[in-house]
Amino acid sequence: MGDYIQMIIGFILVNNILLMQYLGNCPFLGTSKRMETAVGMAMAVVFVLVMAGAITWATETYLLKPLGLEYLRTMSFIVVIAALVQFVEMFLKKSVPELYTGLGIYLPLITTNCAVLGVCLINIKEEYNFMQTIVSSFGYSSGFGFALILFAGVRERVLLGRVPKALQDTSIGLITAGMLSLAFFGFKGMI
Amino acid sequence: MTEALVFMLGLGLICGSILSIASKIFYVYEDPRKTEVEGLLAGANCGGCGFAGCAAAAEAVVTGEAPPSVCIVGGAESAANVARVMGVDAGTAEPKFSSSKCDGGNRAEDSYFYMGVDSCQAVSAFFGGKRKCDVGCLGYGDCVRACLFNAIKIGPEGFPVIDEKKCVGCGACERACPKQVLSVTTIRDRLLHFNREDDCLAPCQQTCPAQIDIPLYIAQIKNGDYEGAVRTIRDRNPLLLSCGRVCPHPCENICRRGIEDEPVSINQLKRFVADREMNSGSRIPIPCAPPTGKKVAVIGGGPAGLTCAYFLKRLGHNVSIYEAMPKPGGMIRYGIPEYRLPKKVLDWEIEGILNLGIRVHTNVKMGVDFDIPSLVAADYDAIFLGIGAWKDYLLKIEGENLSGCHTGIDFLSRIASGESIPIGRKVVVVGGGNTAIDCVRTLVRLGAEEVYIVYRRTRKEMPANVVEIEAADHEGVKFIFLAAPVRVLGDDQGKVTQLEYLKMELGEPDASGRRRPVPVKGSETLLPVDMVISAIGQEPEMTFKGEGKRAQSLKTTRRNTIEVNPETLQSSIPYIFAAGDVATGPSLVVEAIGGGRLAARSIHLYLSGKTVTPPEKSLFKRHIPGTLFDSVPGIQKVPRVPMPEIPVGERIYSFVEVDQVVSEEDAKKESSRCLNCGRICYNKDVAA
Repeated sequence: MGDYIQMIIGFILVNNILLMQYLGNCPFLGTSKRMETAVGMAMAVVFVLVMAGAITWATETYLLKPLGLEYLRTMSFIVVIAALVQFVEMFLKKSVPELYTGLGIYLPLITTNCAVLGVCLINIKEEYNFMQTIVSSFGYSSGFGFALILFAGVRERVLLGRVPKALQDTSIGLITAGMLSLAFFGFKGMI
Repeated sequence: MTEALVFMLGLGLICGSILSIASKIFYVYEDPRKTEVEGLLAGANCGGCGFAGCAAAAEAVVTGEAPPSVCIVGGAESAANVARVMGVDAGTAEPKFSSSKCDGGNRAEDSYFYMGVDSCQAVSAFFGGKRKCDVGCLGYGDCVRACLFNAIKIGPEGFPVIDEKKCVGCGACERACPKQVLSVTTIRDRLLHFNREDDCLAPCQQTCPAQIDIPLYIAQIKNGDYEGAVRTIRDRNPLLLSCGRVCPHPCENICRRGIEDEPVSINQLKRFVADREMNSGSRIPIPCAPPTGKKVAVIGGGPAGLTCAYFLKRLGHNVSIYEAMPKPGGMIRYGIPEYRLPKKVLDWEIEGILNLGIRVHTNVKMGVDFDIPSLVAADYDAIFLGIGAWKDYLLKIEGENLSGCHTGIDFLSRIASGESIPIGRKVVVVGGGNTAIDCVRTLVRLGAEEVYIVYRRTRKEMPANVVEIEAADHEGVKFIFLAAPVRVLGDDQGKVTQLEYLKMELGEPDASGRRRPVPVKGSETLLPVDMVISAIGQEPEMTFKGEGKRAQSLKTTRRNTIEVNPETLQSSIPYIFAAGDVATGPSLVVEAIGGGRLAARSIHLYLSGKTVTPPEKSLFKRHIPGTLFDSVPGIQKVPRVPMPEIPVGERIYSFVEVDQVVSEEDAKKESSRCLNCGRICYNKDVAA
């Protein structure tokens, strides 16, 4: 149990997928302008990543490994994740329309997101077992959400500041992201 | 190589088949018209319609939540095409326009010096902005930058001015403004708006029971836009000719100019524009929303009923009025005498309201010719009760049933219906309210030689309008104050000969704050009279309730009025709403008008299937703290223009209207006395 908690803290703070591994920066900048969209996106990523982690682990263990086709990992993962997200979207629309209205517009956005694919590949590389895969997917995606919400809060305040014209919008966003990333370096070596 | 190809093909095949099966299992029916409608919208995803993108708007159209005219960019062409797909009538598109609530601008002072970015968003982050006014415009022009159509500019007075020709109602300015100064509204929203605590409201507008935008219409008169002024008044009060004549104008009592000078003669200005429209011979058109197909029965064609019917009709509902008397108008026809409100004027005004397409059934009385169950059976979706308070209180003294004794409202309504009642030589009217004054002034005109008013307190405590009391005084009415009738005496034929009263003196103040009259022992006095009219107040007649279970569950109060939620005017039966005297007890015409509009709002909510909730952040009778001043520095005294009236010598022999309308020149002069107040700001340098 203690191991898992340590793992989660590691995934959220020390190896944060956004600020330490620099994966998923596209939605990080795209959906962080408003707190509302940031929260929606964070929820959607947690939701999708946990499921993608599970299904790619199964694909690896029961298909690729026995067949000796590990070199097709990236390609097959893309197909599997894309199909999964489409399937989930259809399922939600029919069965849980409330959840669909909340997450609906973000689901297609993360179909082939690099953060999602990245975490799935890391899980295999680290040779996690199924439970560890789930915890790692959850931890990484929470870290993604944590950083995204944090960043959205910062950006909402930056809007009110006096930003020189040349640095407005995305450029000040990248600078802020860089500083946030520097701050996260402080967690390095914690675990 | 081959195995990789086979594997990927197989994986693709599996995923593809799972998805295709899933799409069958998890199939959600989507109206095919949705795609078609979406293709007809502008595709700009601008959000101006209030939905999240064109797809959402198309879905709303298909589910009936939005009208075919939803797309503001596509305009009339798109509306017509969408209506064709949906197989409905496009109806009149209800255009949205942006409007600014602030016209104070630079007038409101600054509370600190600001040197930051030129952006309202940024300024408002510091203590809500530097202006002392909480709700006003900050003037940095975020709205100007937000507007894609170049329709807004910051005017010379420091608040946004909107070019209505360019505005498409997209709402970008509303979203950009941190102070909610700009709002994009439809006519419907504007008609249903009630004074809110965060509105910019002058004291007069806070006080007016009908909540008319007084500073706006006075400014319109000042600029010569008389038609605009009439429209502004009509957005709140459809009975402007009547109110311009009979309203005791509580707005003037609180006028900011009145603190240092005489108040602005608001009601005369209202009468001026209203009379101008009538005398011009043509009516200013009144726009109505497309029909909704809902039916509402309005019981009682008095001020409350007419107002409620008027607003419901403007909101697109189908309204029928049921009136017990031969003609609609209620108390303003049968309770207010000809010399104050000529019937010709009233007829013209009511005709204008009914011309919107409201049907009136006259001479039908609730509880006799029809009742609540029969209205329900006739498919009415909601019922409005505005039956007024017509039952006179009796004096409850000996001899009250002698021949020559009358009651106030009964007497006035019979005179107004053209009945001839034998008038005594010496007549006494008991009471101190407006009904009593109307009775005495009518009696003077009908040829009574001596007319007395008997009132148990003094002139100061009389609830009647001061101007009315003065006019009665000028017309020769004799006042007997501090007198309480105890007995009416008659001769052998049962005719009135004398009224016996007790003299009173004022004691301790009672609950109403007026000093309670206490009888003086042994002070019985006889007043020789041959006619007695008691006008000591009225209450609603509740006989309509009858035996039926439906009406029996309608709750009434101790004062015999209908019990309603004061903020929604909904009664204990959800589909019945009530306003006017029947809900408040005898009160002002303008109060009934305000109530009629509030009831129309609640009925509209009820008919739209929404919960009937009170208007948000509503002020009702309260004033916004800090808006009532003790002194108004910088005002130069300018007397108000006098009200032209017919001399006493002429008027007491006829029912010709006493008060006359002011001239255009005087109206302009009077309108320029207005300080055009906002919440805390006002024009200091007017009419110098």
